[in-house]
Amino acid sequence: MIGEFTPGLILILGALLVPVLPDRIRAAYVVALPLLAFAQLTSLPNGQFGTYEMFGLPLTTVRVDKLSLLFGYVFIIAAFIVSIYSLHEHDPVQQVAGLIYSGSALGAVFAGDLVTLFIFWEGIAIASVFLIWARRTERAYRAGMRYLVVQVTSGLLLFVGVLLHYRQTGSLAFGHLEFGTLGAMLIFIAFGIKCAFPLLHNWLQDSYPEATVTGTVMLSAFTTKVAVYALARGFAGTEILVPIGAVMTVFPIFYAVIENDLRRVLSYSLNNQLGFMVVGIGIGTELALNGAVAHAFADIIFKALLFMAMGAVLYRVGTVKGSQLGGLYKSMPLTAGFCIVGAASISAFPLFSAFVTKSMVIQAAMDEGRFWIWLVLLFASAGVFHHAGIKIPYFAFFAHDSGKRCDEAPTNMLAAMAIAAALSIGIGVFPDVLYALLPYKVEFRPYSLDHVVAQVQLLFLSALAFTLLMRTGIYPPELRSTNLDFDWIYRRLGRGIVIASARVADFAWKRIVAATVGGAQAAVVEMRRHHGPDGILGRTWPTGAMAFWTTVMLMAYLILSNF
Amino acid sequence: MSKKPARKSYWLDKPRNVDRLVHTFYVICALLVAIDVFVAKHGPFAIEHVFGFYGFFGFVACVALVLIAKQLRRVIMRPEDYYDR
Repeated sequence: MIGEFTPGLILILGALLVPVLPDRIRAAYVVALPLLAFAQLTSLPNGQFGTYEMFGLPLTTVRVDKLSLLFGYVFIIAAFIVSIYSLHEHDPVQQVAGLIYSGSALGAVFAGDLVTLFIFWEGIAIASVFLIWARRTERAYRAGMRYLVVQVTSGLLLFVGVLLHYRQTGSLAFGHLEFGTLGAMLIFIAFGIKCAFPLLHNWLQDSYPEATVTGTVMLSAFTTKVAVYALARGFAGTEILVPIGAVMTVFPIFYAVIENDLRRVLSYSLNNQLGFMVVGIGIGTELALNGAVAHAFADIIFKALLFMAMGAVLYRVGTVKGSQLGGLYKSMPLTAGFCIVGAASISAFPLFSAFVTKSMVIQAAMDEGRFWIWLVLLFASAGVFHHAGIKIPYFAFFAHDSGKRCDEAPTNMLAAMAIAAALSIGIGVFPDVLYALLPYKVEFRPYSLDHVVAQVQLLFLSALAFTLLMRTGIYPPELRSTNLDFDWIYRRLGRGIVIASARVADFAWKRIVAATVGGAQAAVVEMRRHHGPDGILGRTWPTGAMAFWTTVMLMAYLILSNF
Repeated sequence: MSKKPARKSYWLDKPRNVDRLVHTFYVICALLVAIDVFVAKHGPFAIEHVFGFYGFFGFVACVALVLIAKQLRRVIMRPEDYYDR
């Protein structure tokens, strides 16, 4: 043990050295840091460490238990895979941001109190936006700005929520939170934003596809999974999470079917996978919670794999628009193969990772007799295969030949994809290794005959639907397009309202100014008319006129005095 | 899979081969539904025990998904540069 501090600090402090190291050493250094963090993690026994007082408040910077360890392991695996995937790049901005980002994510899952959680929560938000900005385009800059506003809002809600919670309970410990008090509600919404709850989700699909090739892979791994961890820790068994999660599994898949940007398709699919985890956390039984966090573990790896495959296409071809791709298996056969492994994993084919994790959540819904939730999850499972499992590999690597020819992905990218693919298959084939890491004892057996047959039937007949729709020409073609989602509210409607109100204010201001100036001018003109050099009251009158008016006055007085 | 010269004609380039692949796939699907008779199911919901439920559900779900998504395009689809204008 190097000391009793969070493994995240190794990555965060390690990042500071990156800009001053020469290129060649830097590559090895960036790969070595996650390994060092892993060494630190394995040296910490279960328990609470790094406790100290800040302003009289007791803080616990490290809490090691099965739940935090599980996320710790998978975050380090993800950081390691991405560090290999990005070896061909020489962009210190991304390397520093990536390390601080993954370090903050690690710090957040090991946080034993809400203040420490908040500090790393903000670290995640601020470090990650640089992975979007590092694309260095106007579009990425704007998307990053919108992303940052949403993430900082989440942080702000968390901060206020923690303060209220502390005032009410007198405790800062990050354990189960009672849903119902205002403080807990604000914390819940803060988690919900980061977890991309329906209507709070759109920052994800808006920003992730605009990040760099490696940036998107990192983003997909950490932010939302920290939120899943936080929900599992704070709100396990909160009933409202069940319908929220169910909606999350369904609505993104409709968008995914018609979306053209394949990295955006994956972002919608990420949202859908989060739904399964949220349902599991909401159901809250031991099986459901095991399923939720196990699925988070598997999802980080296969989603990274899919984003890496699409990143390799973007890197080589310069686009991931479905309408411009096709036939790439001829140029990038290995990438295509890895992509298919990722697709099979997310689709939960037997022997691939999601089959042994997602099915726990579905089984938990069945055990609890939640018929409609079960049906929704089944629909979403078929939908996942359709839009992520088939659509992604099909439109990128097969479909009609776009005529595009390029090199296979760089060796380091292939190596990273190979590791992720091996892990995805490994989890599927040897589920007990992952099950041993889960917070509760696992009695669930994924490989029963009826379960395997049911799943294969579901998937093959889903594929049959795709094939028939494709061959009859009913399947909607990939089109260059933008699909409106909730972000329209702030990107168009909100912007429209702001612009319209600015116009109204501008008009009103001009009118007020015009009226004031006009009134003043009119008054000056009027005064000039009476009192100016030629005004009737400012003139020098002749003496005769004075005598005449005096006579008129005297006459009037004389006449009036007779009555 | 090894690296091949760009001009090479691939097995999948021939429509006949694609047809073969698809027809094989149809046969597998039919067989998969057929073996439903031999599998004892243990789920709590009655609908699960209906013959071929999972296959039928997957098929209908995906057709519905695509048809609804297609209609959704009428409402939400905009030109690619919609937000840039």
